[in-house]
Amino acid sequence: MENKTLSLDEQFQKRIDNGENIEAKDWMPEKYRKTHIRQISQHAHSEVVGMLPEGNWISRAPSLRRKVALLAKVQDEAGHGLYLYSAAETLGITRDQLMEQLNSGRAKYSSIFNYPTVSWADMGAVGWLVDGAAIINQVMLTKTSYGPYARAMVRICKEESFHQRQGYEIMLSLCNGTEAQKAMAQDALNRWWWPSMMMFGPRDEDSPNTEQSMKWKIKKKTNDELRQQFVDQTVPQAEILGLTIPDKDLKWNDERGHYDFGILDWEEFWNVVKGNGLMNEKRLKDRNAAWDEGAWVREAAYTYASKQAEKRAKKTA
Amino acid sequence: MNNEWPIWEIFIRSKNGLEHRHCGSLHAADAEMAIQNARDVYTRRQEGVSIWVVESKEITASNPSKNGEMFEPAADKVYRHPTFYDLPDEIKHM
Ligand SMILES: [Fe+2]
Ligand SMILES: [Fe+2]
Repeated sequence: MENKTLSLDEQFQKRIDNGENIEAKDWMPEKYRKTHIRQISQHAHSEVVGMLPEGNWISRAPSLRRKVALLAKVQDEAGHGLYLYSAAETLGITRDQLMEQLNSGRAKYSSIFNYPTVSWADMGAVGWLVDGAAIINQVMLTKTSYGPYARAMVRICKEESFHQRQGYEIMLSLCNGTEAQKAMAQDALNRWWWPSMMMFGPRDEDSPNTEQSMKWKIKKKTNDELRQQFVDQTVPQAEILGLTIPDKDLKWNDERGHYDFGILDWEEFWNVVKGNGLMNEKRLKDRNAAWDEGAWVREAAYTYASKQAEKRAKKTA
Repeated sequence: MNNEWPIWEIFIRSKNGLEHRHCGSLHAADAEMAIQNARDVYTRRQEGVSIWVVESKEITASNPSKNGEMFEPAADKVYRHPTFYDLPDEIKHM
């Protein structure tokens, strides 16, 4: 046996390299903890804010079948937020702190939800493309090194596949419908394609955290790898719908065995990240309203529970 | 608000005959609400027939930094496993 004593950091890295999961009470480098709090909470906020653009259409769904499906999907997203907040809380941050970070605008969430959902076809495009892109990322994260995060992801992935299927089914109905309906589907694809591509984050060369994230097995694939996977799997799905992906540079590359695609508008990407998207302000306003309007419920339940506990204590005394 | 609802750990029995298993946690003002919330969050697709909730702070956990002394002593006790014992191949039902 080697006699060299390993530093805590080295021991930690060795555990990660061995494919071990890290659990809440295990020793971990402070930066691992902080990175996870940030990443998991951003992910949680995305699930929660992600309910807003779709919630917008629940009352106007074109049939009861579509309405129950959309309602169930949005409800799932609330659950995803909960699983993820719980995972973040294992790292020593409270739910109220997390909510405060979101409501004050200091925390980030996925920029995709700062785009408006202007037609019913957007419910199709969001389910198909936005949940589709999220699934690619989340499937990778089921293998992430932090146990509570990985377990939340397994649960989430089980629920996600219906989200994408219900979205694609909406697109399919529109594409098999009238000219106007098909045009509506194409318009939604035109608006959601590039923002969905941006969901995977900046190019690898502009993503300084990727190296550390890969080393800690937070991520197992780079942004560009995931983006390529999205393109490769989505193009044939668009063909089945008979829709055109709005990218004139999109074409199959036999040599690479992948689709080549055009350059993303990174200026727009950073602009929305910085808070200048069409819906940034409205989303935050709606989240704050939901939080403020729910305050009396949280307080009443808390007071009731405290009084009941007091009564029980008196009885047993 | 500083009166944050406490955290509860949720255990679900997926069907009779199986044990309750930990499936996650959530916030609730009291036990009754924890069960209600657990029903809404964790059994929407018929994942369970019974729910246990326990306030997280009531759980005492072993200390992972003591895992060596806690769990390693079992590592060299191979005689606790049936394969430790050499028996002739003709012996059946054992
Ligand atoms: Fe989700
Ligand atoms: Fe989803």
